[in-house]
Amino acid sequence: MKRIIIASAALIVLSACATKPDVVETVVAQKPVTQAPPPIFEQVPEALPPVVKQPDVVQAAPDLNLPAAGSLEDFAYQSGGEPRIFFGYDQYDLSDEARDILRRQADWLKTYDTATAVVEGHADERGTREYNLALGARRADTVQAFLISQGVAPNRLRSISYGKERPIDGRPSTEGWARNRNSFTGLQLNGVS
Amino acid sequence: MERTYLEFASTIVKTVEMTRITRIFQILLGWIFFLSLSLPAQAQLEIDITKGNLDPVQIAVPDFLATTQAERELGAKVAEVIRADLERSGLFRALAPESFLETQTNIDYKPTFADWRVIKADALVSGRIKTESDSRVLVEFRLWDVFAGQQLKGVRFATTPDNWRRTAHKASDAIYQALTGESGYFDSRIVFIDEKGPKTNRTKRLAIMDQDGESPVYLLGGSDLVLTPRFSPNSQTIVYMSYENNNPNVYLLNIETGRRELLGDFPGMTFAPNFSPKGDKLIMSMSRRGNSDLYLMDLRSRSTTRLTTDPAIDVSASFAPDGRKIAFNSDRGSSPQIYTMDANGKNVKRISFGKGRYSAPVWSPRGDKIAFVRSQSGKFGIGVMDVDGKNERMLTESYLDESPTWSPNGRVILFSRDTRGSRNGSEVWSVDLTGQNLRRVETPGQASDPAWSPLLP
Repeated sequence: MKRIIIASAALIVLSACATKPDVVETVVAQKPVTQAPPPIFEQVPEALPPVVKQPDVVQAAPDLNLPAAGSLEDFAYQSGGEPRIFFGYDQYDLSDEARDILRRQADWLKTYDTATAVVEGHADERGTREYNLALGARRADTVQAFLISQGVAPNRLRSISYGKERPIDGRPSTEGWARNRNSFTGLQLNGVS
Repeated sequence: MERTYLEFASTIVKTVEMTRITRIFQILLGWIFFLSLSLPAQAQLEIDITKGNLDPVQIAVPDFLATTQAERELGAKVAEVIRADLERSGLFRALAPESFLETQTNIDYKPTFADWRVIKADALVSGRIKTESDSRVLVEFRLWDVFAGQQLKGVRFATTPDNWRRTAHKASDAIYQALTGESGYFDSRIVFIDEKGPKTNRTKRLAIMDQDGESPVYLLGGSDLVLTPRFSPNSQTIVYMSYENNNPNVYLLNIETGRRELLGDFPGMTFAPNFSPKGDKLIMSMSRRGNSDLYLMDLRSRSTTRLTTDPAIDVSASFAPDGRKIAFNSDRGSSPQIYTMDANGKNVKRISFGKGRYSAPVWSPRGDKIAFVRSQSGKFGIGVMDVDGKNERMLTESYLDESPTWSPNGRVILFSRDTRGSRNGSEVWSVDLTGQNLRRVETPGQASDPAWSPLLP
């Protein structure tokens, strides 16, 4: 719970300088009613540690080893290697790390504004097929809503749930399952599908 | 199938109960009594409790008599299918033909019962194949109670030689019904998902086969991911989910005409479809902005009614056979559990209260039980409970047992099983409502999401 509050607080600080400040609530509102109530933003103390500075995608120093700006590889690189974020068991809330990656994805998408993306929601095999389809839909939607909250135009994003049908790790172990609980941002450059 | 279903009126024993206090009757009485037992509510794997309770009925099914060579071959195949059907049910043991003492030459005369008692046969099926004109054959049999020395049933089918397999299944159904008092399930089919390849690169294809795994055929091309088929309760129609055009949606498929149809163009993913008992409506989930709710669609008017509005996941809806109630899976109470509601969405009640997470409820065709998947301590098993959640019993457990589906008579449950680290991938298994008779069902390859058809017409 504490973690969530800090994360939300970080978001508030962030959204204070963003152009669309009200969207954080959208994400929080997706949580089931049985979970803890959304944090009360007004009570967040102002003396919080500074928000981790986002890498400045556009003005990164030229480096011959970096992928070409605006390429699929560049998008993956800016997402930390692969445009994929991970979830806890039967969870669909975004970790701090996931939010960080998604913010960078959003910045990238805002910079290269002809690209579109399909957000895929995935689940591990430790659930029934139909339940996991619904869980994957929740995850994909959470990511899509977050990207929109960061200023990506809604009509550039589509979401799809694959449930447990497209695992990336075949191991029947906690490590394998953890990797299969993810959301993948499938970038589509203009003219490429 | 064109056929006649004539009972040998003159030789039928009218009231079985009057005359039979035989071993068969005692055994089956015991079986029925067992089924009606109420076991403790806590869910333990109870397979062992009942072991040894149930002596299978010993049944002798000699090859059906015939005159020509072609008829003899047919007669042998028909008898073999009947023996296999009955044996697989777990209620019967088909005696080895090598042990038979009597070789009947005419099924219209009483067998020498003493010869059958010696080899401890409780029941005897004597059959005959007779070719009629125009490549039509008569498949006839008499079912005898060996100890009472009486005929229990006489049946004659008129069919074509190439329809011998279904005819044999119909004969098995008639025998099963005569000896248990319940309708059979042998003349039925299973639609399923054929799987190929490793987990991380698996292709899935809609397929169908006979209830015993014979005659498997693909129903669709196979380029699109296809999931969760379900049979209409009264027509040769299947509903399933497909990722055709990268748009996960529900489709109808008539398996006789091959006609395929996308069910409406909804804004979100439609999935987890299921027919109403009359086959005129579909219940399914639709996901909008990440929230999955249940919708009812009238197949004639194509109008939809939203049944749930909870922000939680609502999936895997299954109608009671009387159409009045719906069981479904929801995590509205924070973990996935089973709920029931009226067919209009009112009167929602949670019915699963045991330890663990519950999903995939499937209402029995008899109406008195709900099968489900429960996961606990890293295992997934198939269980059954009363429709109010009482008398929960786990029937199976493995790394991953899921997708339960009932036999048409509500006595057997098929499900998919994935064994941890197994190279076989997903398999189809069957288990009796009693938790006994657990066995693998032959499939052409890896298979999942079985759905049992109703008895064929």
